[in-house]
This record gives sequence, structure tokens and C-alpha cells, in this order.
Amino acid sequence: MPTKPELALDPVLEVEDLKIHFALRGSGFARLLGRDTGTVRAVDGVNLDLERGEVLGLVGESGSGKTTLGRAMLGLVAATSGSIHHRPGDGSPDTDIAALRGKALRQRRTRLQMVFQDPHAALNPSMDIETAVGHPLVIHKRASGDELRARVVSALERVGLVPAEQFLSKYPSDLSGGQKQRAVIARAIILDPEVLIADEPVSMLDMSVRAKILQLMLDLKDDLGLTYVYITHDLATAKFFCDRVAIMYLGKVVEIGPTAEIFAHPRHPYTQALLKAIPDVDPNKAMPRDLPRGEIPDAARPPRGCSFHPRCPLARADCGWEPRDLKALVEEHWTRVPVADYEREHALVGGLADLDHSENRAVVKPHGGTVADLDALFDRIRTENAAEPLWQGVTSITATEDGLVFEFAPAAEVPLRPSGPTEVACVLYPPDPS
Amino acid sequence: MSETVIDATDLRIWYGTPRGPVRAVDGVSFSVGRGEILGLVGESGCGKSTLGRGLLGLLPEGAKMDGELKFAGDDLLAMSPKERFAHRGRDLAMIFQEPLTRLNPLMRISEHFTETLRVHHPKMSPADVETRSLDVLRLIGIPPSRWRAYPHEFSGGMRQRLMIALALVLRPAFVVADEPTTALDVLVEAQIIKLLHDLRENFETSLLLITHNLGIIAEACDRVAVMYAGKIVEIGDARTVFADPQHPYTRELLRSTITLTTDGLHSIPGAPPDLVSPPSGCHFHPRCPDAMTICPLREPAMLARDGGPVHVGSNDVACWAANPAGLSDADLAPLVREELSVADEA
Ligand SMILES: Nc1ncnc2c1ncn2[C@@H]1O[C@H](COP(=O)(O)OP(=O)(O)OP(=O)(O)O)[C@@H](O)[C@H]1O
Ligand SMILES: Nc1ncnc2c1ncn2[C@@H]1O[C@H](COP(=O)(O)OP(=O)(O)O)[C@@H](O)[C@H]1O
Ligand code: SF4
Ligand code: SF4
Ligand SMILES: [Mg+2]
Ligand SMILES: [Mg+2]
Repeated sequence: MPTKPELALDPVLEVEDLKIHFALRGSGFARLLGRDTGTVRAVDGVNLDLERGEVLGLVGESGSGKTTLGRAMLGLVAATSGSIHHRPGDGSPDTDIAALRGKALRQRRTRLQMVFQDPHAALNPSMDIETAVGHPLVIHKRASGDELRARVVSALERVGLVPAEQFLSKYPSDLSGGQKQRAVIARAIILDPEVLIADEPVSMLDMSVRAKILQLMLDLKDDLGLTYVYITHDLATAKFFCDRVAIMYLGKVVEIGPTAEIFAHPRHPYTQALLKAIPDVDPNKAMPRDLPRGEIPDAARPPRGCSFHPRCPLARADCGWEPRDLKALVEEHWTRVPVADYEREHALVGGLADLDHSENRAVVKPHGGTVADLDALFDRIRTENAAEPLWQGVTSITATEDGLVFEFAPAAEVPLRPSGPTEVACVLYPPDPS
Repeated sequence: MSETVIDATDLRIWYGTPRGPVRAVDGVSFSVGRGEILGLVGESGCGKSTLGRGLLGLLPEGAKMDGELKFAGDDLLAMSPKERFAHRGRDLAMIFQEPLTRLNPLMRISEHFTETLRVHHPKMSPADVETRSLDVLRLIGIPPSRWRAYPHEFSGGMRQRLMIALALVLRPAFVVADEPTTALDVLVEAQIIKLLHDLRENFETSLLLITHNLGIIAEACDRVAVMYAGKIVEIGDARTVFADPQHPYTRELLRSTITLTTDGLHSIPGAPPDLVSPPSGCHFHPRCPDAMTICPLREPAMLARDGGPVHVGSNDVACWAANPAGLSDADLAPLVREELSVADEA
């Protein structure tokens, strides 16, 4: 285990109510993804401090906003609102990275560096290793000539690319995946930064190489006094590598706290599900059967209330149930009935467009039948699985002339709230005293 | 298991390159039982995909294959390309890692299924195509209301489900799934693994599941084959192999895997070899902590764990240390070698 010092509070970065929204304006790409217009809330109100000397993990499934948040910390993506205060350890003044532009930002970025997931894409194939690793020194006019070479050699030695002279004239295609990642790390440390943001630095590497790169990063942290943000979807490496972890879901931090506590006592149902889902080499551990259904939703159309509610096995009435959830439930029901039943039911409800929204009221019109037929159909679906949490969120079902009317319970707010040594964004925390 | 679907004997596959042949599969023998899930694991570049594609006759231009490959007793390598194709579509199928690159964005799901089914059943009526496809889609968890949707209207996990349904609609006897969950998130990955594991309840399909992830093998597979530098070095019941690995490479691979119980980092020194000129004797000897004098000199034979001959369903290993019978004291002496240069490190 890496040493996990008791941290005196000395944040190097303070992220406050950060929002990063991307406008989608019917580009060809958006249409291909089936999103015509709208806003993707990639980061949607994140507050966190990065303490000097710690390894903070940002953990979550793809699309949860980890990369966007990490890039924002370097000023590589513009904030829609909120701030990112940088308190450098070298005595230079504090600044809000989110408000910096141009030269001031580039200057600041020498203190904060990024290591990318794909070392192959991060290195220019036509640049030799000496040029690639020394590039930041040249760009920032920090060194030239013999000093430049000496610093490149020293950076290569630090990352274990030795004898360094052998690597100077090599090209990325001459290196293995692990060696390329070492070169990327050498480039990231050559300006003596204080923070490294590592975005999935080992996920593209073989198991047998991952440990070597993680070990290298731990050694560099100790030798150079670095602070890390470690972005990953892999809970096992996060558990080993991080002092604290922030679990992200759809642009928000849903749980944050000391690594040991999060793994020993995961509170948020999403964290619990992630931990249960990790395939385990222990041959005696059975495959989990009660996995959350579905996938991370489209960040351009986030669910009402708690974003995790459509998949949450513990959801309650006030978690944000909405008509779209009922649509998904009907479709799931159709994977279980014979094709003939499906055809009859499908003709009755039409295309389910009546349910494809997130208001708190929906009217399903009978297409090829009566409201009573509709009522009977939804009754059947309900009795199929009465424990389905969605039904707690349906406050009434009324047959009217217009159709079958569903009313949904109001959605509770789910801000991060303290719970023991962690903070959790879930209506279940802090637990009800009763 | 007595009935086998695939029997490979001394299978070799190589790619011609200007540097010489890349021996991606270098004399591999194994069988897959009916309804069995065999996991294939090993480091990047060891030949897993090449072997998987070779079994299905899907090798790229420039690849060559020899040895013996039997499907349900028929010698596939002796067949004409036309005969092999008739087999491949109906009885042999493949599931790829990147579903989006395999689906035509301009074709509806219904058209994908129609095309797949019509290749082998040209006279099938549209109604039969629909019924048969919807049956499979349902079992895979895709609602029939999506029948006329386009691929982009599906999420990543749903697209992988579509690929699985497309592979299964012809009810193949043998399917190769090459890293089917590598592009997916952990919760969706677990859903897909569960789906593949449960396939045999509804389909009489045998599966070769290629993955880097030992955890997936432990959870989803009956048997596991561990591959190193073009060779299968250990094969057997997944629980037995993981609980008590016999080959040093299997053991080191397990030790270097980071899991929730990892409390120290461990790695295998060095990097996998260049398959144009792999090391002599046992290909693993330059990296093997147990290497002995015999190891670079003679290749160890694949033997059952008890040292006897390999038979269907036995747990086998190719390693001198695991089966030292007949070796002299000199053979068994630790290998004297030069330090690995860090430049060879990955
Ligand atoms: N078309 C090709 N031409 C030449 N060499 C090839 C070709 N395809 C693969 N190889 C080489 O054959 C060897 C085995 O490759 P293969 O793709 O089968 O490995 P793998 O085990 O599937 O790797 P990964 O885990 O990265 O998918 C490698 O050395 C690779 O570089
Ligand atoms: N430049 C961009 N334009 C539009 N949407 C984006 C852009 N970058 C990221 N997104 C969207 O923002 C969300 C979060 O993405 P990302 O930060 O990459 O998440 P993660 O790293 O956790 O996978 C996703 O829905 C993604 O599609
Ligand atoms: S608020 Fe908590 S219980 Fe409710 S859906 Fe979200 S995670 Fe589940
Ligand atoms: S044969 Fe020798 S070198 Fe090969 S794995 Fe066994 S002990 Fe190691
Ligand atoms: Mg990312
Ligand atoms: Mg492969």
C-alpha cells in the first residue's frame, strides 16, 4: 500500500460549483448519436478540494464527466460557471483557472500537467522521443541546447527509460505500450509541475504492465512531491492507488471520502453496485445476479431527481420517477411476453411516445382499444413485479376520457451530505433516525 | 465432457512480413466441448485474436495456417472455401469488441437480421425472419419495439447485445467472442458476461471467450486456456487453474492482476517476445522466475497435471518445473542468465 499520510488541509485546487455544459446544435455528429439539439451537462455542479500531496480518484462509468472535469482543472475546457482556484506551492499568486485565458493560462499550466489514457495517441508518431519529451521546455522557452538534452535525459531516467541515450532517437512506434506511457509521463514531469492529472493512465495497458506504471507513478510522487488526480473506471486500481475517491455519475459527484471507508462501507447504491460488479478472480465468488439494469443515461436528457434512479434497486417514491421510466418498464415487459401478446399490446399503447418525457404527469391514450384495456395492461405489468421500485413513485393512475393518467411523486433534492467520514448524494443518507 | 465441437491439433498460424514470418499461433492443440465456455487469456500480442479468427476461417490476407482443425469431426482445413463458408455462417460465428464498426449505420436492425438469415436461408419469408429474430432479440434483452430502429438509436451495451443476437440467430454450434466487453463499462460488462454465461440455457452454443480480464474468465468460463507467445501453456478447469496454477506464467499473471484485495504491486519482469524470433525452448524462459538449465534448451511438452498424456477434459500444463520426470540434476539447476536490461521492460 502507498503511504497515506494524515493530511493537513492545504488544498492545491478548489473546485466550486463547477458546471461545464456543451451545446449541441444539430451537428452531423450529434444527429448520428440521435441527439439533435440540447445541452450536454458533462459536469453539473461539482465541489471538491484537491489536497496537496494526495491522490484523489475520480471514478465512474464513461460519460460520467471524469475526463471533462480533469481537463477543466487544467483549463483545457472552458467552464460554463463556477471556479477552480489554484493555490500554487511556489508562492506565486492564487488564481481561478476557470477565468484564465491565453498566456496567463499557458503559464499556469506548467504547474499542472496531464497524462492521457492512450499513450499511442498522445505521442506524435513523427517526433522522436527526445523532441517529444523536451517539447514543453522548448514551448515555454525554459531550456535549449545542452541543457535541454540534459533535462530530457534526466526525465527519461526518472521514468525508467534507461539507458536514456538509447531512447532519445527512437520513435513512438519503436516502443511498447508501457514504454510509450513512460515517455508521456516524462514529458508531463519535465516542467516540474505540482499536480498531475492522469486520465486512465493504465487502462490500455496489459495487466502485467499496469503494476509497473502505477509503481512508477508512486515513486515519482514521493520523489517529486506531486499531487495526483487519478481518473479511472477501474475500482481495483483506485482502491490501491488513491487516498480519497470521488464517485461520479452523470456529471455529479455522488459519493466522496477516504478510500478505505468508501470500499469498506460503500453508502451510495451506485458505489455498492460498482463494487459488486467487478469480475473477481476468486473462483469461489459467484457471479452477481442482482445487477442494476440499463446503462448510464444520455447527459443531454438527464433523469429527474436522482440521476441514478432508473437503475437503483433501493430507489424510493421521491427519487424522481417519471414517465420515461414507465416507458422503459413496458419495453422490458415486452422482452418477456410472446410475440403475439407484444403485437396486441403494442397496437393498444401505440409507440409509447405518450411516455417519452420527464414531466410529473403523463396521459397514455388508447390507440387500438379502450382505456379499460390500457388499465388492464398496466395492471398486468404491475402484478408481474409488484416489488418494482417505480410503482412507489406513481401516486395515482386514473382512467379518464383522454386516456390513462399517471401522476408521479415530487422529486427530492439530492445534494452531497455528510455521512460518517464521507459525503453522499442520496435520499437514504444520512439514514432516517427512526 | 465426451462430445467435442472443435478439435485443434498442432495448429499453426503465421503472418508473412518483410522481417520473416510472425508465428502468432505456434503449435496449439485443444478441444472445446459441446455447450462449453472456454476462456482464452494472455498478454497483448500473444495470438489470441489470431487463434480465434483462425478457428473461424476469418484470417486476413497474408496469413497462413496449417495443422489439423476439426469441427464436429469434419476436417475444416481439408474443405474447399465454399464448403467452409457454408459451415462458417451457420455453425461458426464471431462477436467482436467494437459493435458500432460492425453494424451498418444506414441499415435498420430488421435489415441486419434479414441479411444475415437470408445468406443461409435464401427462401425464408419476411414473417419467419421477423419471428425468428424477435425470439433471439427477446432472449438477449432487446424489446421487439426496437425492430425497425437504427444502430445509433442504441446505447453501447445494447449494441453489443445486438451483435450477440446477430451471431446467435443462425443458432451456431461454436461462437468466438473476442474481447466482447472491453469497450463497455463495468456494470454493463457484468450484464453482458452474465448473458454470455447464461447462453447455454437457450442455445446449444459452445463459446471461446477471449479476454485480458482474468476475473471475467473466473466468473463466466468452464475452462481456461492461458496463452503465451503463440502457445497455450496451461489449460484446464477454470477453478482449478486459478486456485492452483501449475505454469509459472499463469501464476505470475494472476499475481500481477490488481484486484480489490491487492495490497502490493507485483509485475512480471521484461516484456513478451517478438514472435518473428521467439526465445528457444520454453518461450517464457527469459522472464520465468523458476527457469532451469533445461528450459532454453528443450521445449516442454504439454502433459496432464499428473504427468500422464493429455486427454479430453484433462488439466494440462507445458512446463519443465511442473513435469520434471526424466530430467537430470544438471537440467534442473537454476538457469544462469544475464540481468534483464530495463530497456527490455515494458
Ligand atoms: N495482419 C497481420 N499481419 C502481421 N502480423 C500480425 C497481423 N495481425 C496480428 N499480427 C501479429 O500477430 C501477433 C498476435 O496478434 P493477435 O492480434 O492475435 O494478438 P492478441 O493476443 O489478440 O492481442 P490483443 O490482446 O492485443 O488483442 C502479434 O505479434 C501481432 O503483431
Ligand atoms: N466537446 C464535447 N462536446 C459535446 N459533448 C461532450 C464533449 N466532451 C464531452 N462531452 C459529453 O460530456 C459527457 C461527459 O464526458 P466525459 O467527461 O468524457 O466523461 P468520462 O470521462 O467520465 O467518460 C458525455 O456525455 C460526453 O459525450
Ligand atoms: S437517491 Fe439514493 S435511493 Fe434514490 S435513486 Fe438515488 S441512489 Fe437510489
Ligand atoms: S519450462 Fe522452465 S522457463 Fe518455462 S515456465 Fe516452466 S520453469 Fe519456467
Ligand atoms: Mg474519459
Ligand atoms: Mg486481440
